[in-house]
Amino acid sequence: MIAQQRAESQSQISTVADDRSAVRLIGVTKEFGVGDTKVAALAGIDLDLPYGEMVLLVGPSGCGKTTLISIVAGLLDPTVGDVEVLGQPLSKMGGNRKVRFRGDNIGFVFQQYNLLPSLNAVENACVPLLISGWSRTAALKKAAEMLDAVGLGSRLKSYPNQLSGGQQQRVAIARSLVHEPRLLVCDEPTAALDGTSGRTVMTLIKQVAVQSDRAVIVVTHDNRVYDFGDRIVSMADGRIESVDANKH
Amino acid sequence: MNWVALRMLTGDKTKYFGIIFGVAFAALLMGQQSAIFCGLMRNTTSQIRDIEGGDIWVMDRNVQFVDDTKPMSENKLLRVRGVEGIQWAVRLYKSIARAKLSDGNFQQVILIGLDDATLVGAPRPDRILHGELGDLRQPNAVFLDEFGWRYLYGEEPYAPGKTLEMNDKRAVIVGLCKCSPTFQTFPILYCTYSQAIQFVPQERKTLSFILAKVNDDVTPETVCERITAQTALKAETNDQFFWSTIKYYMERTGIPINFGITVALGFFVGCAIAGQTFYLFTLENLKQWGCLKAMGVSNFRLIRMILLQALVVGVIGYGIGIGGAALFGYVFERFVKSTPPAFYFGWQIMAISGGAVFAIILVSALISMRRVLFLEAGVVFR
Repeated sequence: MIAQQRAESQSQISTVADDRSAVRLIGVTKEFGVGDTKVAALAGIDLDLPYGEMVLLVGPSGCGKTTLISIVAGLLDPTVGDVEVLGQPLSKMGGNRKVRFRGDNIGFVFQQYNLLPSLNAVENACVPLLISGWSRTAALKKAAEMLDAVGLGSRLKSYPNQLSGGQQQRVAIARSLVHEPRLLVCDEPTAALDGTSGRTVMTLIKQVAVQSDRAVIVVTHDNRVYDFGDRIVSMADGRIESVDANKH
Repeated sequence: MNWVALRMLTGDKTKYFGIIFGVAFAALLMGQQSAIFCGLMRNTTSQIRDIEGGDIWVMDRNVQFVDDTKPMSENKLLRVRGVEGIQWAVRLYKSIARAKLSDGNFQQVILIGLDDATLVGAPRPDRILHGELGDLRQPNAVFLDEFGWRYLYGEEPYAPGKTLEMNDKRAVIVGLCKCSPTFQTFPILYCTYSQAIQFVPQERKTLSFILAKVNDDVTPETVCERITAQTALKAETNDQFFWSTIKYYMERTGIPINFGITVALGFFVGCAIAGQTFYLFTLENLKQWGCLKAMGVSNFRLIRMILLQALVVGVIGYGIGIGGAALFGYVFERFVKSTPPAFYFGWQIMAISGGAVFAIILVSALISMRRVLFLEAGVVFR
């Protein structure tokens, strides 16, 4: 069902698919403010991220990591440059098409989990499916399977305030993957967790999300989890300093 | 996603009930105060509604409302009867008289004198609680309304033969009837015209109103125009006289302003409580809305979700509030026996209150929606 929906969505977005890169940024610049207060958060970023890898985006605070993933996820438009995600020219898409593309193809894991407090674990996890138009019964069933896969099969009915930080993040991961997105964007997924929980979460992301037809981008400045990345992109002052294949 | 919207709404019970309370309070205040206002206004016209049979009320040209009697000479009746299109016309006496009770106290009463021969304007048969209308033709006989009985005699059960004294004449209560509540809340006494003028100090002119019926082939409005043109008297249909009386009270008394202020207060308090709570509720959930937006929920769908939340609290709050107002009216009418009720809870009040509640929730939703729609989805990363 998900594959069919995605195929329909893709067919409506008439572009030439590029199978080599999951994300391709060409000369992307993002400026905020006007006149004297203008600040360049990103300055001419060129980047290719392949499928089947977990890419860590690292760098000090304010270097542009969040701006970069916001642009990759279609939440922000670049001031200048081209953005191609999963073969689709994101920077040329209209608002509604971009929203639909995001709903169908991109999963999010946030630093603060951003679970809906009035929904229990399985209900939270099924939200992306509801957005895609699934019936509630089918969505809950699929979400329960996903929660089971991330080790929370026994906490389906627990509300966020009844779960630990690590468990909440696992629910968030289940939610981000339940609709089988081809790109997973994680923003500091371990920042609010202790070392052990952080590693558990990263292991889970690596196991469940990283597949040959998917890409995972993780923004982090938690050097305890650097060894999980297949590739580490270092940023500073809105520019990419280095792209290193992780030799672990 | 409607389900998610509803779960988001009801998740925080305190805020959820807070919003509903605001809407319910506004609906209650607006509904209840409007009903009392309409009830009072309606009470001003009770005698126009109760005195049935004729199509037209004829009166002195300076009369502004039903209690504003300006006596006419008796020959005006003959002139009205001579107007083309009149089927019949009869006299009606109406004034405030002073009655002396058996315990020596005085009480003002509304005295209505009916045409001796026809008794046109008397209470309908189904509103006669005790006695026979024909008994009014007995010497000194009067009918008293049931509220008047309670007013004068409290819980004492009705018994015919009680007497009053008006203008040094004895009046004997021979029957009890049901009347619509009046604005002045004085007891109402029905008697014959010739008897009524005995119960008040003598005046040169005594004719308060002429009740007229028109022929079937002509409209009452047309005959009213003819009467005015030919007799220089004021003639109005029942409906016109009803609204003239309402208009007088609306324009010449502070009642609409005072009640209007209360109703407006209900609206603004409702706006403040419900609007502010709903707005704060949305504001506090801004990150959740942003999260949904990031996950692919379109602005159109977000609008639908917020409108659904507003609609739900609006409908529940309105139901509770308007139900409370109706309950107030029911209790008032059923258990408060000493005073005639001034509570008219027509569909118009429910519709207007509903409209006002709809406006409150719509304004609240629109203000909240604005924040959500202009919310940058990237907020979820901050």
